Amino acid sequence: MHTEFLMGNEAIALGALAAGVNVVAGYPGTPSTEVLETVAKRKEGNVYVEWSVNEKAAMEVAAGAAYAGARALVTCKQVGLNVASDPLMSLEYLGVKGGMVVLVADDPGPISSQTEQDTRTFAQFSKVPCLDPSGVQEAYEMVQEAFELSERIGSPVFLRPTTRVDHGYEAIEVAEQDEWLVRQPEGFVKDSSRWVIFPRLSVVNHAKIEARNASLSDEFSASPRNFVLPGAGECARKGIATHGISYTYVSDNLDEACLPRVLRVGTPFPFPERLAVEFLQGLDEVLCVEELDPVIERALIAVCGRHGLTTKIRGKLTGDVQPSGENTVESVGEAIARFLGKEVPQPQPSDAPQLPVRPPVLCAGCPHRASFYAVKKAMGKRKTIYCGDIGCYTLGNAQPLDMVDTCLCMGAGINIAQGVFHVEPDTACFAFVGDSTFFASGITGVVNAFYNQANLTVVILDNSTTAMTGHQPHPGTGRTMMGEVVQKVSIEAILRAIGLTTVETVNPLDHELAVETVRRVADEPGVKAIIFKSPCVVLARPQATSKVDASACIGCQRCIRELGCPALALRDGKAVIDETQCSGCTLCEQVCPVGAISGGERL
Amino acid sequence: MNVNIVLCGVGGQGTVLASKLLAAAAMDRGLPVKTAETIGMAQRGGSVFSHVRIGEGVSSPLIGRGRADLIIAFEPAEAVRQLPFLKPEGTVVVATRPIVPASALTGGPAYELDAIMTYLEDKVEHLVLVDADAAARDLGSSKCLNVVLLGAAVRSGVLSLTTEDVAKAIKRLVPERFQDLNARALAYAECEP
Ligand SMILES: Cc1ncc(C[n+]2csc(CCOP(=O)(O)OP(=O)(O)O)c2C)c(N)n1
Ligand code: SF4
Ligand code: SF4
Repeated sequence: MHTEFLMGNEAIALGALAAGVNVVAGYPGTPSTEVLETVAKRKEGNVYVEWSVNEKAAMEVAAGAAYAGARALVTCKQVGLNVASDPLMSLEYLGVKGGMVVLVADDPGPISSQTEQDTRTFAQFSKVPCLDPSGVQEAYEMVQEAFELSERIGSPVFLRPTTRVDHGYEAIEVAEQDEWLVRQPEGFVKDSSRWVIFPRLSVVNHAKIEARNASLSDEFSASPRNFVLPGAGECARKGIATHGISYTYVSDNLDEACLPRVLRVGTPFPFPERLAVEFLQGLDEVLCVEELDPVIERALIAVCGRHGLTTKIRGKLTGDVQPSGENTVESVGEAIARFLGKEVPQPQPSDAPQLPVRPPVLCAGCPHRASFYAVKKAMGKRKTIYCGDIGCYTLGNAQPLDMVDTCLCMGAGINIAQGVFHVEPDTACFAFVGDSTFFASGITGVVNAFYNQANLTVVILDNSTTAMTGHQPHPGTGRTMMGEVVQKVSIEAILRAIGLTTVETVNPLDHELAVETVRRVADEPGVKAIIFKSPCVVLARPQATSKVDASACIGCQRCIRELGCPALALRDGKAVIDETQCSGCTLCEQVCPVGAISGGERL
Repeated sequence: MNVNIVLCGVGGQGTVLASKLLAAAAMDRGLPVKTAETIGMAQRGGSVFSHVRIGEGVSSPLIGRGRADLIIAFEPAEAVRQLPFLKPEGTVVVATRPIVPASALTGGPAYELDAIMTYLEDKVEHLVLVDADAAARDLGSSKCLNVVLLGAAVRSGVLSLTTEDVAKAIKRLVPERFQDLNARALAYAECEP
């Protein structure tokens, strides 16, 4: 054993390696991404790791590996689980041979996600057991326990940290590399009565799953992952039930003088019912401090009903804890103070001066800015809809570009554009999609559009990376997580194979050409595509910078107002460029009406 | 006993490395450390923060409002944004160079630097101003602002860490080619009165 200062996600990766994981597959998504990246960085021997094309593929790759007796890990963010839910729902009925852990990172807030869904609820729905860590050390230990449990019961097991556990750092004790388990998978053993799902098999296995989960509930009541801390003083007839990071907020808000009894739930599903009954004995009231869904609260209400207990259960459902959003040290402190009848600190009205807002923005020199600007200029005042999608390019919604009218979930934009087209065929429909998103879930949308005779322009923003989540490779990059350089999958060839006859590839930073191309392509009938190809500046790291000649600048501010590049500012009535940010992309040079900007180099 | 530090700035300014250096320096001293970072969308030019908690008796990696001993702000408006985290008698080390977001020039709320600086001077008992422009000029780079600020923070005396502790952490965590610059950046804070 030795000590390392680790991020929660790094700890989970090291825990999986220590548990002898053989195969790791995932699709990037904040706050889960660093798990797979750390496995790739720290692995030894013949651990196989891949960024799959999407979460469904990752789940199925891992399932196959686990069928063959390997220990397998899937990593994704909470919405990624929606994409992978089809295989997972069925997989639970068949089970696995090697241990299989599904790491799903939930994101209360949400800080970097579309939804505030709760994987604990998904665990109940899918019947897959679920572990919920409160900190970095526990996450490291839990992933190892999850592998053991999975192998023992022959079912996938969830590990569901939340953002503050994923991205929190702590110094923890980890195993030396020579202490890591080494496992030789047995291989796939043919048995169609086990691995081929049919209704007959499902009903039999369903009954087994329910019985197993009932006995797991009992087992979990004795697990150290669920525990009760005794109360003291005048608050001893009150209790707090909590989980995950909220447990640490509760701890930081308790004082010795008035200590309620605390239940910490580390296995939300199957719920440790027997322990909950012990916890509730002699308590008048319990406050459930949870993030996302009131999972523990509902379970405790059910326990009270089943066991004829009169303890009043409070929490989100009674309005005692905020129904949505992230808990904080102070929000939990206030809820506890109210519950214990103590003085609740009143928020001071702020007398702070007005502050600028900082919505996230496209980087200086981002090629997406040029792509959006080209389409905006080309289409002018025409009736259009710009369906966006998920990635850095969602930020094209901000002023002054204002080029994203819709954004739903990965890959949706292409299909939404079709729906709009079928209702209002006189609208010029555009769908913007990033390269990683195109591979993940955009291709089927183009096939649908082409086959079903839609009329739209698909704009592929090809920056040769998955930028939003931290620059992961994808099939178009020709690099794998095993460090190989492989043949790239060509987006243009895919589009042509579907049947599109107009597929044009342009550098968006060549503004005039880009505008001319959009004008021409948008007027063609049917489904057509423009591939705007230019690398993400964070990866390309261009060295040039552009400069404004102050004597030539007429102060019209067109560059600033049209582009919203964060490197452009106004000083003494003239445009200035912050050279620490500018990438010399030349877009503003092409926009300036008097040619006052120069010095950049187009990539 | 524990010390709670909020680092704040704008995505891309180097707050994450600064919090890692603090954590490493504290660990070398044998102190327990927990930190929390902003990772994700906000890193694209949004407001970012790190919380660093050093010492015993710490459960959550996040600091509650009104409980931070020290705020290290890479930018004045962000110092004001995080000020509710500061204890009444707390210390703020702030780089005085504003980063004006494009939104302030394209119709969003303006950046009122004078009001912001006056507010900080009024509200903060122990305010340490760091002239980031002068530091960049003298050191020949604006990339080491994080270490300049760490130097000033150590000198403020709130941290129970020495510049040697931070220097050791820099040696371990910063790539070779930036070692010299960062060593000068740390010392820069020391020779400024
Ligand atoms: C189902 C699902 N999986 C993962 C994510 C996380 N995610 C957000 S954006 C993105 C990829 C963006 O890459 P790309 O389309 O290439 O656009 P870029 O960010 O490079 O502009 C991912 C994987 C998500 N939002 N939804
Ligand atoms: S060249 Fe102009 S538009 Fe491009 S990054 Fe520099 S300032 Fe921004
Ligand atoms: S990371 Fe790359 S793709 Fe994302 S905004 Fe910055 S330049 Fe654009």
